[in-house]
Amino acid sequence: MCLGIPGRIIKIDDNAKKLATADVSGVRRQVNVACIVDADHPLEACVGDWVLIHVGFAMSRIDEAEAAETLRILTELGEAQQELDAMRRSAAK
Amino acid sequence: MKYLDEFRDCAKAEFLLKEIEGLTASLSIPDDRPLQFMEVCGGHTHSIFRYGVEGMLPHGIELVHGPGCPVCVLPMGRVDDCVAIAEQTGVIFATFGDAMRVPGSRKSLMQAKADGADVRMVYSPMDALKLARANPGREVVFFGLGFETTMPSTALTILDAETEGIENFSVFCNHITIVPTIKAILDSPDLRLDGFIGPGHVSMVIGTAPYAFIARHYRKPMVIAGFEPLDILQSIWMLLRQIKEGRIEIENQYARVVLNAGNAPALNAVSKVYELREFFEWRGLGSIEHSGVRLREAYARFDAERKFAIPNVRIADPNACQCGEVLKGVIKPHQCKVFGSACTPETPLGALMVSSEGACAAYYQYGRIKRHEAAE
Repeated sequence: MCLGIPGRIIKIDDNAKKLATADVSGVRRQVNVACIVDADHPLEACVGDWVLIHVGFAMSRIDEAEAAETLRILTELGEAQQELDAMRRSAAK
Repeated sequence: MKYLDEFRDCAKAEFLLKEIEGLTASLSIPDDRPLQFMEVCGGHTHSIFRYGVEGMLPHGIELVHGPGCPVCVLPMGRVDDCVAIAEQTGVIFATFGDAMRVPGSRKSLMQAKADGADVRMVYSPMDALKLARANPGREVVFFGLGFETTMPSTALTILDAETEGIENFSVFCNHITIVPTIKAILDSPDLRLDGFIGPGHVSMVIGTAPYAFIARHYRKPMVIAGFEPLDILQSIWMLLRQIKEGRIEIENQYARVVLNAGNAPALNAVSKVYELREFFEWRGLGSIEHSGVRLREAYARFDAERKFAIPNVRIADPNACQCGEVLKGVIKPHQCKVFGSACTPETPLGALMVSSEGACAAYYQYGRIKRHEAAE
């Protein structure tokens, strides 16, 4: 119940009730999108959004740039380690 | 699956573990006093066990599994209240599946259903409202359960019921709040923690500001974390870096989901529908001030507590249960007297054995006991 699952909004079903259909790994399920709609991001703009769904409610839009940034930090960490390892190996020779 | 697989990448996990090992070694941590980080949220406990995160960490770092499983902290008396409502004539009692097997003093909701009560498992409060629409002659009661993560969904469903003028729908509100609970843990005299892995999905709703006191007054660092293995490892690495650099801050590892300001529409719905209770009773932790919410007067007609006669009797936890000590990190699950003997996932005595997010059920299911037995 507390574990969210990512899904993608594919169509708006009911403007007044803020209901939309989400695709979650091939399963389609109606979700409430009231929590991801505001003046800057109207209902129509939600189609195509990746969202995190909790108990039938889209509770957050997943920020693609932030996701990429987190992964970039980890990739760089790996590259720095490999660089250091290579340096150590060459120093040991 | 997108946004899951990338955060389960083994190569990146290895980089992180190497950094964690290096930092841990550089901190010269005494053998008898490892660093203890508490994951507050049951979702993290679940991930930590599912992916074996604890077993990957170097000696010197211990994870303490906190109170963040709303099913696990449900006191027995509240389950009795649920059963009492469910057994009333004409009632359909709708609940998340997680709550079905939590033991009450007489019976669980599962047993009440077997005895003839109309108890239905639902995935969403919206499904409960659907039941009310489809059964106008019946009273549908939804068991509102969870921290701030699920609190807005119940509030929005009540607001929908109001808009539609649905009269036969109500909520038995047992929603709880995380911040007073963290504070109660920090005030506990037998507690010794070095930092927190912060609850990602609660924070998605409330934002990062409510945790400021943890760093400011209690001088403990926190990193708000996502739920994939890389998220958790990265958060542990960030905590170690804070300790190494002498910083004490609230940091956000889960920025792809958690905004510092939280979720405004969700918070609006929450403050419109609920007010704080003076006290709320937790299994294992006792009564904690301002740790639960109830419906405001304006929504009284959707409040099952006002609509139905509820016993509201306080039932003490079973004597043998040490759920409270486990919740506070004083003992490990397998050190409890009844772990794996009188208390198993099939016949749980304590709530920590009931839900898959409970520390004891996770220990039992993923065989963590073996490693600890071997170590002792």
